[in-house]
Amino acid sequence: MSASQWRRAMNSGARSASPSSLPRPTRSPEAGAARRVAAAIGPAPLWSERIGIRPRHLVVLAAVILYPFIASPFFTYQIGAQSLALGLIALSLTFLGGYGGMVSLAQMTVAGFAGYGVAIFGSSSVAAVSLGWPWWLASAFAVLAATVFAAAVGWLSVRTEGIYTIMITLAVGVAFFYLAQQNYTVFNGFGGFSKVAAPEFLGIDFKEPVPFYFVTLACALAGYFVVKHLVRAPFGIALQGIRDNPRRMASLGYHVTAHRVAAYAVAGLLAAVGGVLMVWYNGRISPGTVNLGAMIGILIIAVLGGMKHPVGAFIGAIVYVLLQNFAIDLFVRERFNLVIGGVFLAIVLFSPDGLLGLWAMLRSRLVPTRLSHQKRRQL
Amino acid sequence: VKATKKRLLSRSIVGAAAALCLLGSAAAQETLKIGLLANLEGPFAVPGQDGYRGADMALKEKNGMAGGKKIEFVKVSSDATPDKAVAMTRKAVEQDKVQIMIGPLSGDEGIAVKNYAKTKPDITFINGSSGAQATTLADPAANFYRFNTEGAQWMVGLGEHALAKGYKRTFLISEDYGFPYSQVQGFMASYCAKGGKVVDKAWVPLGTKDYASVIAKIPKDIDALVVVLGGSDAVNFLTQYEQTGGNKPMIGGSITVDQTVLNYKGKRRESLLGTASAGPMADSIDTPEWKKFVADYKAQFKDGFPSPSLFAYLYYINTRATLEALDAVKGDLSGGQKAYRAALQKTNFKGPAGEVKIDANRNGVGTTYITEVTKAADGSFYNKVVKTVPNISQTLGLPEAEFKKMGLGSRDVPDCRK
Repeated sequence: MSASQWRRAMNSGARSASPSSLPRPTRSPEAGAARRVAAAIGPAPLWSERIGIRPRHLVVLAAVILYPFIASPFFTYQIGAQSLALGLIALSLTFLGGYGGMVSLAQMTVAGFAGYGVAIFGSSSVAAVSLGWPWWLASAFAVLAATVFAAAVGWLSVRTEGIYTIMITLAVGVAFFYLAQQNYTVFNGFGGFSKVAAPEFLGIDFKEPVPFYFVTLACALAGYFVVKHLVRAPFGIALQGIRDNPRRMASLGYHVTAHRVAAYAVAGLLAAVGGVLMVWYNGRISPGTVNLGAMIGILIIAVLGGMKHPVGAFIGAIVYVLLQNFAIDLFVRERFNLVIGGVFLAIVLFSPDGLLGLWAMLRSRLVPTRLSHQKRRQL
Repeated sequence: VKATKKRLLSRSIVGAAAALCLLGSAAAQETLKIGLLANLEGPFAVPGQDGYRGADMALKEKNGMAGGKKIEFVKVSSDATPDKAVAMTRKAVEQDKVQIMIGPLSGDEGIAVKNYAKTKPDITFINGSSGAQATTLADPAANFYRFNTEGAQWMVGLGEHALAKGYKRTFLISEDYGFPYSQVQGFMASYCAKGGKVVDKAWVPLGTKDYASVIAKIPKDIDALVVVLGGSDAVNFLTQYEQTGGNKPMIGGSITVDQTVLNYKGKRRESLLGTASAGPMADSIDTPEWKKFVADYKAQFKDGFPSPSLFAYLYYINTRATLEALDAVKGDLSGGQKAYRAALQKTNFKGPAGEVKIDANRNGVGTTYITEVTKAADGSFYNKVVKTVPNISQTLGLPEAEFKKMGLGSRDVPDCRK
């Protein structure tokens, strides 16, 4: 987190919380400055602003709710629902990487772990392996198991930094892929599991595009707000402090390892929910779902969208899914991967902060007054 | 003034565009879109490209027309994973609105697409080159047709051939996934029934580099090895087997003794001579249909293989069946495609490598070619056809009840150790 963002986070923290319940780190002089700036900006904010709702939030909310009623079933299911589920998995990486400074390639592995959990605990085409539990128990247990697994992966990798974290999580992911491919007693090897469909519940068939879209939307929104809330809560602030200067945080009395492992567990929870949605979306899971390409796909989504804000993961996922589906119609068929690669390259080249960075850049060019307003707020 | 001018301009553009659209639709022939799914990425990217070539060939033979309509392929690509195959099939069906879908390429993709087919009863699905037994045997979809034979059928007759060569006890080494299971079953069904023994099976993961532990397990008292490995796996095994002094003759699967193995340059090269294998086609089939097919392929695709691959052949026959049935109903796909499906069921033509027709399960009944590695006049090795086994059904020549008792091929099915 840059100093300005830190201040902004402090700023909103100061606005939304009463002084008595302020998190510990806000007693720093920087936070004091932020509070003074907040006070200087103007009169007390509206209620809607106090809880962080702005008009653009309502516009987006209305758009995502109305979307399935306007779009075709294909766009609702394959583009909409898939983007939201993939975005949720990428969000876990944004949280871990953007706020915790730990880039983990194993987020798809955690999602796959949960997906396999749904197939193994619930019902699937492989009756010899699947335990046949009811869907809610199977999926809850799968999410729980995947969260524990994510915490274990975190516990393994938090002692490393930077590229070594990437390497160790890569190793975990690839090891899981080979385990799933070669183990027949639990993972059913190469073939994996099919007929792992979304449940029918309360008389609604969640396999249908529109109900399934709303399930993924609910999960994605929940995940988004959990992350938004968490990064302003004491835990999130401490995590960002650890990202910026772990030794200083340790000397202030924070348990650096515990915070990092907890961050892995939270990210694991998000990825696990995304994984359950993915297995319902595909109706099946096999080692191909958690292979190296899929693991890197999540990293691409997160980087493409931008890791500075949780919404980046979803924007990245939409672009990724659209390209996966329609690049083949744009260009010489045999070379359609060139389009995908070219777009990724262009975005990363022109905006190191992904699409979010591009948006910020455009806005600053087009609306200079708002920039000055923002600058003032950030200063 | 400026604003009105602008509006006028934009209005005239819209008008011109609308006029063009109307003209276009009036002038164009009726076009029928057919989805075509193969692989342009992943492990089967190169064979996948040959699959598209096969389909293009079948369409070009008919000058791009079938049933009085212009045929347009909507090509989509998978990466050999079932997830992607279904996603891309869904795109072609739901977004591009194709009414007939050809594909996919590999076995597990085929099973996944078949399951998707059940949710779209109004669309007809025709296989590309996938060859899993379960696609049409376990819980088949009424609108999924496969004109090619599958992995187990491709090996029928090889068991008897091995026994005729005096191989009574064999050791099996094979990759550990669906397609080789089918191949092994096709071989063992008749081999075991006629008294052969497969004393042990070694299942290795796809892409295994080190075969030392497998080679150490090969018993001394066997007559031959059954090697069901593909491409680089086969070459790796062969090299290591030679280095440890192995000298048993080999029997290969349908994709084992391909050009990479035939061009093998090791000391044991000569011992490859006589290696038997089987498949739904062979490079050296001596019929005018096959020779014409190869000549057409070479003429059309300068960047293709020296001779059409298995994938080009399979996509070709499936696409040709699709188009011939369209001709038979004069392009009529109304009424839930009922007439079209009846025509598909009746489709029967002489393909490049034998008759193409389907059974009641909508699976191909066809010919298998048994080949042996032979030295050509110029010193190169090739697969010579030694026997042709026509009319192989999916029950591998067994009565249906007996086949059902055996079940689909897996690691332990069939079994004849002692």
